Amino acid sequence: MLFTTPTFAEEKAAEKTEQYDPKGPILEHIADSHYWHMFGEHSLPLPVILYTNKGIEVFSSHVFEHGKEEYQGNYKYALIKDKIKPVTEAGEIDTTVRVWDFSITRNVASMWMGMAILLIIFLSVKGKYKTRAGKAPKGLQSFMEPLVLFVRDEVAIPNIGHKYKKYMPLLLTMFFFILISNLLGLIPFFPGGFNLTGNIAVTIVLATITLITVNFSGNKNYWKHIFLPHIPVWLYPIMIPVEIIGIISKPFALMIRLFANITAGHIIVLSLISLIFIFNSLWMSPVSVLFVVFMDTIELLVAFLQAFIFTMLTALFIGMAVEEHHAEAH
Amino acid sequence: MELVTPEIGLVFWTTVSFLILLFILGKFAWGPILLAITERETSIETALSRAEAAKEEMARLTSENDALLKEARIERDNILREAKKMKDQIVSDAKETANKEGARLIEKARIEIDNQTAIAMAQVKDQVASLSIEIAEKILQKQFEDQSKQDALVADLLKQVKLN
Repeated sequence: MLFTTPTFAEEKAAEKTEQYDPKGPILEHIADSHYWHMFGEHSLPLPVILYTNKGIEVFSSHVFEHGKEEYQGNYKYALIKDKIKPVTEAGEIDTTVRVWDFSITRNVASMWMGMAILLIIFLSVKGKYKTRAGKAPKGLQSFMEPLVLFVRDEVAIPNIGHKYKKYMPLLLTMFFFILISNLLGLIPFFPGGFNLTGNIAVTIVLATITLITVNFSGNKNYWKHIFLPHIPVWLYPIMIPVEIIGIISKPFALMIRLFANITAGHIIVLSLISLIFIFNSLWMSPVSVLFVVFMDTIELLVAFLQAFIFTMLTALFIGMAVEEHHAEAH
Repeated sequence: MELVTPEIGLVFWTTVSFLILLFILGKFAWGPILLAITERETSIETALSRAEAAKEEMARLTSENDALLKEARIERDNILREAKKMKDQIVSDAKETANKEGARLIEKARIEIDNQTAIAMAQVKDQVASLSIEIAEKILQKQFEDQSKQDALVADLLKQVKLN
C-alpha cells in the first residue's frame, strides 16, 4: 500500500518544486491494476486477456511499460490510467471499437491467492478432522473451528433457524472469502497491497449471490408478503413497488457497505501516509506512523466486522425468506 | 465515478472463482468439517449425559446400600433382642419347670413316704395284733389247761352278761 507504483516515485521527485497531490497514488491503489507492485521499481506484469470482435487475445501487460508504450494486437492498445483502451494511429482513444477486458488483474490474481490460501487451510483442516475424529481440535484446526462454529451458532442458526444446514456452505465460504480478502488487503507490501473487497465489482458479485440465494429460497409467505401484504388494497400500488425495491435494496446495501468500508479504510491509511509528503517533512512521519498503526488496528477489526456483517445480513435475509409465518407482524 | 463502476473482467472472474471456491469448499471442506463437529458434539453430549446418569445411578446405589445396611442393622438388633428374650424365656421356663418338677417329686416322695409309713404302721399293727393274739392264745392256753378255771371264767362272764 505504501509505494504502489513508479508514478508515486515520480511524484515524489516532483514534490520538491510543487505541492504533492495524494489523490493520484491513492486512487491508483484503490482501483485495479494490470501490474502487481512487488518492491522498489519492480512490478509483476499480469496477463491481459482481451475480447474484441476479432476474437480473444492474450499477452503480458509488460508490453505497455507502465503506460509508456502502445501495443499492436488485433487493434492498437494503450494503457490509459491503468485501463486498456483501443487507440487510433494518432494516439486518440478509438470509441468505435468495443473491448471486453477479461485480464487477470491485480485483484483477480490476489483473489486467487486468497482462495488458494483458503483451500489449503480448510482442506488440511478437513484432513485433521478425518485423522483426529472425535478428538479435541489441534493446531490450525483449533484456530479455525471457533470461526466455523461462530458462523454456525451466531450467524446461521439464530437467523435462519432449523433450515440452516443448507446455507452453511454459502455462509462459510462468504465469511472466509471476505475475511481473507480483507486481511490480505491490509498487508502493505507484496503479496498484499490490493483492494479486493473494496472493489465494487467484487461486492456486486457477492451481493448478487445473496440476492439470488434469498429469492430462490423464498417460500410462499415471503412472496405473499411482497405481493399480497396485509394492508388495505388501495395501498397496493404504493406498497408492491416499495417491496420490490426492497428486494433489490437489501443486497444493494450489502454491496455498498462492504465496498465503502474497505475502500474508506484504505483511503484513510494512505492519506495518513501521504501527510509526510504533503508536509514534506521527516518530522511528520512519527505522527503519520502512529495514526496509521491506530488505523490499521481499527481496520483489522473492520476486516472481521465487515465479513461478519455481510454474512450475518445474508443469513438474516435468507431467514426472512424461509421463515414460516405464525403471526403477521406487519 | 470510476470507482463505483464495476469492471466486467473482475465481475466475471469473481463470479467464476467464487462459485468454484464455493463448490470445492462446500463439497470437500465444509461438509466433512461440519459433520465431524456435529458428530463430536453429539458424542460429547452423550458421554456427558451418560456420566450424569452413571453418577445418579451411583448415588442411587449408595443410598440403596445405606438403606439396606440400616435395615440389616435393625434386623440384627431385632434378632438379637428376640434371641435374648427367647433365652430369658427358656431359662425362666426351665427354672419354673424344674421348680415344679422338684415340688412334684418332693410331693410324690412325701406321699410315698406317707404311704410306706402307713404300710409300715399297718404291718407293725398287724405284727403287734398277731403277736398279741399269739401271746393271748398262749396265755389262754396256759389258763384253760385247768377245767375249773374255765368254769369259773364262764360263770364270771355270765354274771357280767346278766348285769348288762
